[in-house]
Amino acid sequence: MSANDQDHDGMSRRKVLECMTWAGTGVLWTVAGGVPTSLGLVGEAMAQTSGFTFLQISDSHVGFDKPANPNALGTLEEAIGKVKALKAKPSFMIHTGDITHLSKVKEFDDAQQIISQAGLQTHYVPGEHDMIDENPGHEYQERYGKTAKGAGWYSFDQNGVHFIGLVNVVGLKAGGLGNLGDEQLAWLADDLKGKSASTPIVVFAHIPLWTVYEQWGWGTDDGAKALGLLKPFGSVTVLNGHIHQIIQKVEGNVTFHTARSTAFPQPAPGTAPSPGPMKVPDDKLRTMLGIADITCKVGNARLATIVDTPLQG
Amino acid sequence: MKNFGTGRGAFAAALLLALVSALPAAARAAEIAVKIDNFVFTPQKITVKVGDTVTWTNADDIPHLVVATGHFRSQALDTDDKYSFTFTAPGTFEYFCGLHPQMTGSVVVEAAAPKAGATQ
Repeated sequence: MSANDQDHDGMSRRKVLECMTWAGTGVLWTVAGGVPTSLGLVGEAMAQTSGFTFLQISDSHVGFDKPANPNALGTLEEAIGKVKALKAKPSFMIHTGDITHLSKVKEFDDAQQIISQAGLQTHYVPGEHDMIDENPGHEYQERYGKTAKGAGWYSFDQNGVHFIGLVNVVGLKAGGLGNLGDEQLAWLADDLKGKSASTPIVVFAHIPLWTVYEQWGWGTDDGAKALGLLKPFGSVTVLNGHIHQIIQKVEGNVTFHTARSTAFPQPAPGTAPSPGPMKVPDDKLRTMLGIADITCKVGNARLATIVDTPLQG
Repeated sequence: MKNFGTGRGAFAAALLLALVSALPAAARAAEIAVKIDNFVFTPQKITVKVGDTVTWTNADDIPHLVVATGHFRSQALDTDDKYSFTFTAPGTFEYFCGLHPQMTGSVVVEAAAPKAGATQ
């Protein structure tokens, strides 16, 4: 990505993300007057806002029962418990994929049963673990993709913010990374057509749209094409999961974030022989699932601070 | 050579030939193991003969899929799950993990030893 083009739009008019707070249970956002701004910590009393908030959860891997977390359903339930306890009720939730571990009917059922307890409308995008039933993707599509396009992509608007859910876990090619595909990119171009450059855009997909770590497949082959289409927009926020840890960066007008998992942590890029589930001491697990949070403050479209705040232990 | 009467004999001979040639082939067919460990197919490249069976076993705590586009595709293999495929034609089969496509491997299938008396 290249530098901002600040000439025609002007910083004062640009609707920028001012602050967001991350916790393992989710990421809480607030959007006031069409501009994403700060709120508080998930699990704490929420600041009052005249706008709206939304929450991101990711990688619940329901059905996972290996040593890294023998009870992924239990930690999902804990996460949803945090959401339910929020004083300021978010407008909706997004789930950035890997709802299930093995795309089994019971896993989808169990996930739905827990997630619905939040009482929030939830917008999903699939992870690769949600597409491995016998008829790949059938179960996901039946539940969450019926009104979506293609393999499950769609967009919607909320309080002046345009949300786009993309699918980059279908049509994967040998030796490649995540994949959006030409059909989805053409749809995206069409979806953005006619939108004012000052419209804040939030894009969410499972695998990071930018290359976090190629050796582990943490990126999307044609993600740059999608980001190219988003270039004219003054405020773009890209929310992903997949890598089970928080990584963030700001590039031009684009803010990138990955959320923690509610199931198990994965190692930092290159710090282990493989990206497989990371076993940590039991008393540490919940801190890796995001009891720790990061507060990002973006002033004038720039990130300012990152603060780790353990919510437990 | 008279056509009449040889038909049955030729059929019997062909059957016998098929049996005879199938026996040593069956005896030769090997079972080859590929382990999936730490997101790597090990060995990553193998050479087998037509008729051999390759069995992939997932030793990771995360599922993997074995996919050779247009040739074979396993179901999702959870920890310790296995998938076997018997190669019936020579060629090079490049495959990858359908969940983690950065994981790749290949199977080179060589023709079995020529069968004596094989006909079209």
